[in-house]
Amino acid sequence: MKKHILPAIKLTAVNIVFFAVIYPLAVWGIAQFAPNNGKGEIIEHKGQQYYSNIGQSFTEDNYFWSRPSAVGYNAAGSGGSNKGPSNEEYLTEVQTRIDTFLVHNPEITKSEIPVDMVTASGSGLDPHISVQAAKVQIKRIAKIRNVDVRKLEQLIAEHTDKPLAGLFGPEKINVLKLNIALDKLSE
Amino acid sequence: MNTEILGIIAMFVAALVLALPLGIYIAKVYGGEKTLLDPVFNPIEKIFYKISGINPSKEMNWKEHMVAMLTINLVWFLLGMAILMTQQWLPLNPDKNPNMSPDLAFNTTISFVVNCNLQHYSGETGMSYLGQMWLMFLQFVSAGTGLAAAAILFKVFREKTTDKLGNFYEFLIKSCTRILLPVSFIVALLLVFSGTPMTFEGKDQITSLQGDTVNVSTGPAAAFIAIKHVGTNGGGFFGVNSAHPFENPNYFTNMVEMVAQLIIPLAMIFAFGYFIRRKKFSWMIFGVMTVGFLLLTIPNINMEMNGNPAISAMGIDNSLGATEGKEIRFGAAATGFWSIVTTVISTGSVNAMHDSTMPLSGMNELLAMMVNAFYGGCGVGLLNFFIFIILAVFISGLMVGRTPEFMGKKIEAREMKIAMIIALLHPFLILVGTALATAFPEHGASTLNNPGFHGFSEILYEYTSSAANNGSGFEGLGDNNLWWNITTGFVLILGRFLPIIGPIAIAGFLANKKYIPEGNGTLKTDTATFGLMVFAVIAIIAALSFFPALTLGPIAEYFSMK
Repeated sequence: MKKHILPAIKLTAVNIVFFAVIYPLAVWGIAQFAPNNGKGEIIEHKGQQYYSNIGQSFTEDNYFWSRPSAVGYNAAGSGGSNKGPSNEEYLTEVQTRIDTFLVHNPEITKSEIPVDMVTASGSGLDPHISVQAAKVQIKRIAKIRNVDVRKLEQLIAEHTDKPLAGLFGPEKINVLKLNIALDKLSE
Repeated sequence: MNTEILGIIAMFVAALVLALPLGIYIAKVYGGEKTLLDPVFNPIEKIFYKISGINPSKEMNWKEHMVAMLTINLVWFLLGMAILMTQQWLPLNPDKNPNMSPDLAFNTTISFVVNCNLQHYSGETGMSYLGQMWLMFLQFVSAGTGLAAAAILFKVFREKTTDKLGNFYEFLIKSCTRILLPVSFIVALLLVFSGTPMTFEGKDQITSLQGDTVNVSTGPAAAFIAIKHVGTNGGGFFGVNSAHPFENPNYFTNMVEMVAQLIIPLAMIFAFGYFIRRKKFSWMIFGVMTVGFLLLTIPNINMEMNGNPAISAMGIDNSLGATEGKEIRFGAAATGFWSIVTTVISTGSVNAMHDSTMPLSGMNELLAMMVNAFYGGCGVGLLNFFIFIILAVFISGLMVGRTPEFMGKKIEAREMKIAMIIALLHPFLILVGTALATAFPEHGASTLNNPGFHGFSEILYEYTSSAANNGSGFEGLGDNNLWWNITTGFVLILGRFLPIIGPIAIAGFLANKKYIPEGNGTLKTDTATFGLMVFAVIAIIAALSFFPALTLGPIAEYFSMK
């Protein structure tokens, strides 16, 4: 073992320089040519900057709501509920969310509520909701903002992200982008 | 066809198509043959050898290999403890994250040294950028260690009779520079241009559209996430791993990361066959592994897409599937697929919370780690599978009444003893650990996030993930305390080094034996029949060892829900 100690230490030192310094610096250097210099994609709106990939909490009735989050959309951390599918306490919580949703959206029936609106995401920062989750909120928002339902339907259609290359993965809607567009519509 | 299903098929096919040429490339790298990247890496490696004082042409026998491996791993461990326990005072800590406690540093260092990446901390609050860069270094070299060990196995079965099995350092360096680095670099760039951050600036503060003030953690994530998958490490930069919208921003990055983690384990299968000049043997291995993989994957995709029956019963629209703990941009199908890929391979990165998957999905994730040889981690997957091959050869030999032989070498009592010990070590570590944690509720039950059967599954999952060097978790478990940090730390060490030393010892003994040319009576190991035999051995060992524990956890939970 003795004769291996010195080579091991020296090899470790060279490897650190190569893999923990040169490699990340090379990636960082090239990242300067990426969108927003590799600091995460940004949307600007009224002088404010938002991360388009990081979900935001929308709980007010005049916005499209985001999904429930275990960390309240505070991106200083991240986390899911980690509740098991059979956990009674958790199932009660889901039932409460359904009831709350119906209180705020009295014009819809329970069977229209999509499951993503009453379950928390894995990261707690999910920027998306399903298409159905946006549609089910139209009546509420139309009433509060006094906008035509058809205009909102069109807004949702415009902001629906199609599957990758039209072939792979689900359809989805970025809530932040949709709500910014909604604000612009009301102006 | 459904775009969610199509996405999964595309990921698997893309990985396979890329793995075939990569396998030939890997075989050439270990064989010292000419490759395209020689002009780049020959001079770089010369610097490595010169500074470290290593003579790569000095060949080692299997014991010297193992001593070299353990020595350098010890150096990494000691250095890792020092860095993680002092990171608060070291540079590159813009978020002012604290030093790790000794037990957490012990667990984290071991976990990254052994290529497991079980994480009892959250990246945002528990790790400085310097710490992250150090862990990234470990992700390279721990994957390189696994690959180097597999290269020894390659060497044994190419030569007829020898004890000269190449140079460990050469295998290690080549694995890191010529295999892991180029692939990681490409993946990192794809991620950077898809929205994954690569910055050293620390937390940003924003005011949301609704007016809330929130902090946003960023960091040099892209480089880290690339090697985390390519090296089948799995440790996340952020707390929730690849479920985080920075770590995995869209469906494209999800496909990239999926291919990145599949590609080397798949390529190693083909590299083996190419290296020992028995390509058909590779297809036997691939066949067995793929059958096992699909048997676990297809039900998971199905169950996750069908969703939680208890929520369905509430009368809402459940057509999106089980969305608790999942991200909308991936959907239930790609998440169910990922949950098995990451557990059959020892990656352990997650794009959703496994704790919230359906009971029997959780069982399949557990089974994938309990077998730990359907593809498996970088290099070590093949070593684990080799143990099952030895067992299958022995049993087949007994059935036809001949001395068992494999690749022209007799399998005798000494090899069989080692194979049995290694095969039984895995259930031993998992079940004893689980039993102890369950026996002491102040350490086990008090740390759980869910009651009843699911709570038991959380304990079982933690030890299974540790013993399999996987690193995913039922993350509800409150695991940053003395009990979990220390017990899983020891399970990690034993679950890593014995399953490397065992197969290499067997291979080393076989290498010294006389080569017996194949005759009419030789058991053919590259046929479907033999593949079936290997599969049966795997199924019997896994079923007999783990069925009782699975009954108490996920199976009981499943029946309690109906």
